[in-house]
Amino acid sequence: MNRDLVKFVVLAVIAVVAPLALSGSYLMSVLVFVGIHAMLAIALNLLLGFAGQISLGHAGFFGLGAYASGILSATYGVNPWLAMVITALSVALLAFIVGFPVLKLKGHYLAMATLGLGIIFYIVFNEAVDLTGGPSGFSGIPPLKIGSFAFDGDIKNYGLIWAFTMGTVLLSLNLANSRIGRALCAIHDSEVAARVMGVNVRLLKVQIFALSAFISSIAGSLYAHTMGFVSPTSFGFNFSVELVTMVVVGGLGTVYGSLIGAAILTLLPELLRAFQDYDIVIYGLVLILMTMFMPGGLVRGIPALFARLLPTRRQEG
Amino acid sequence: MDNAYPMNIVDQLTQYLFSGLASGAIYALIGLGFAIIYNATGIINFAQGEFVMLGGMFSFFLLQSAKAPLALAIIGAILLTTLLGLLFERLAIRPLKSASPLSLVIITIGGSILIRGLAMLVWGKDTHALPSFSGSDPIELAGASLLPQHLWIVAITVVVIAVSKLFFSYTISGKAMRACSYNSRAASLIGIGVRRMVLLSFVISSAMGSMAGIIIAPLTMTSYDVGIMLGLKGFCAAIIGGMSSGFGTVMGGVILGVLESLGAGLISSGYKDAIAFVILLLILFIRPQGLFKRAETERV
Repeated sequence: MNRDLVKFVVLAVIAVVAPLALSGSYLMSVLVFVGIHAMLAIALNLLLGFAGQISLGHAGFFGLGAYASGILSATYGVNPWLAMVITALSVALLAFIVGFPVLKLKGHYLAMATLGLGIIFYIVFNEAVDLTGGPSGFSGIPPLKIGSFAFDGDIKNYGLIWAFTMGTVLLSLNLANSRIGRALCAIHDSEVAARVMGVNVRLLKVQIFALSAFISSIAGSLYAHTMGFVSPTSFGFNFSVELVTMVVVGGLGTVYGSLIGAAILTLLPELLRAFQDYDIVIYGLVLILMTMFMPGGLVRGIPALFARLLPTRRQEG
Repeated sequence: MDNAYPMNIVDQLTQYLFSGLASGAIYALIGLGFAIIYNATGIINFAQGEFVMLGGMFSFFLLQSAKAPLALAIIGAILLTTLLGLLFERLAIRPLKSASPLSLVIITIGGSILIRGLAMLVWGKDTHALPSFSGSDPIELAGASLLPQHLWIVAITVVVIAVSKLFFSYTISGKAMRACSYNSRAASLIGIGVRRMVLLSFVISSAMGSMAGIIIAPLTMTSYDVGIMLGLKGFCAAIIGGMSSGFGTVMGGVILGVLESLGAGLISSGYKDAIAFVILLLILFIRPQGLFKRAETERV
């Protein structure tokens, strides 16, 4: 527990210090995206890494959060904070209801069902033109405000997003170390064994699905209010795959792994601007190579690599 | 879907039925590819749709840059796609044979976006149309108009399905593949090379997929990203058919194609693709074993 506390404090310090070094630069806005992606990757990891249930539709929940919050606040004049909360609760409820039939499925079937769900959302974003503006997007979403203080600049957005990201990290760490976290790991290893030990497998899977959708929806609302504009392309199948890649790269079932995975996969394409069109190829390669050679992700794979390269020194230490 | 003159409702329905049958035939072909690999390996190959895309794209570019005649370009495209299917099995699937379903899902998704990305880099993002196999003068039939390509699609699909039926029923390799799908351990005990059969299943599936991609390309155009939708709809057909590699999946494809075409015509064409996924979800929720489990479906 203490080591966890140290890690968390280190992360918090980095998050606070980072803007001082980069203030005003272009990287600041990239770091805002790192935060949003980290929230999403952690949310997906709760489902994929801890409970072992794949979802290829999480971009859909992210999109629902962004669109619903944006539409409520821009079209109907609802206070953005309130819009965010209403949206997240509704998305969680929706996930809870859909979760029962969806999570009854396993493996490939689950992957296809969540994929289908994500694509249906994507089609609605595109086709419900009156509501969403269709393929050309939806603009004029107001920023979040506290009193007269609006979150509308890079540095303010950074603070806002990373406060939520740190909150997500804290929540997920606590969840992972709780009875629920252990029950989820039991489900991952064997649903039958988990059930025998008294875990309500079906309900717990649906609950974690709903929680995961809830966090994704919050991330979506934050995205909408900080960008002021959303369009369907951000919420398609490719983005769902990107999220899975982040989780796999960082490591299934580690909260910090998702943070690292999100950071790498968000920063890399930005740093390699010249390779713009190559990013999809790189995602594909990374997914295949990681699954084949480092199935535990970077967080477990790198220490294991060192341990293998330096076996004697480790024994002495 | 010729709306130049008002048609009465019966003619309209006939029209939707015809175009639904043609796209249903395509979905059936793609779905059979899913089912054949699933039955041989227990894997849902998420890259199946990319084989479909490759079929169309290879033929277009063989036709265009190599100036090959259409028939030759098509054969070349099928061969090239099959070769890639074989490579995919060798490089990505075989090393992972004992991995968890989660890893296999992730790896075939990785393969699929890798193939799609490479296609985009090599061929660009433009959409291309393959020329029709024999002209494009509509044929009037029962008050509806048909394109010759529709007939080609149905004819080729019927031939492919018949040939695969004969293959699985009467040849040694076909019987061996069926044996593997019933029980791969027992099959290997009686001397069947299970690994070779897995490889063969990828070869057959990629060939079938590419064929589907080729015969639909003159109608709907092709581009580097058509594989996602076509692949998913093929999967939907296979699910309706209970993953059988025969009658069930063919019926699944036809049902899906007709419902989709009716929905697009009568409800909204924008939501056409959503119809397939709603059907997919309903089937998965209510009858994950498929609609035809009771009927005699053959798993290969």
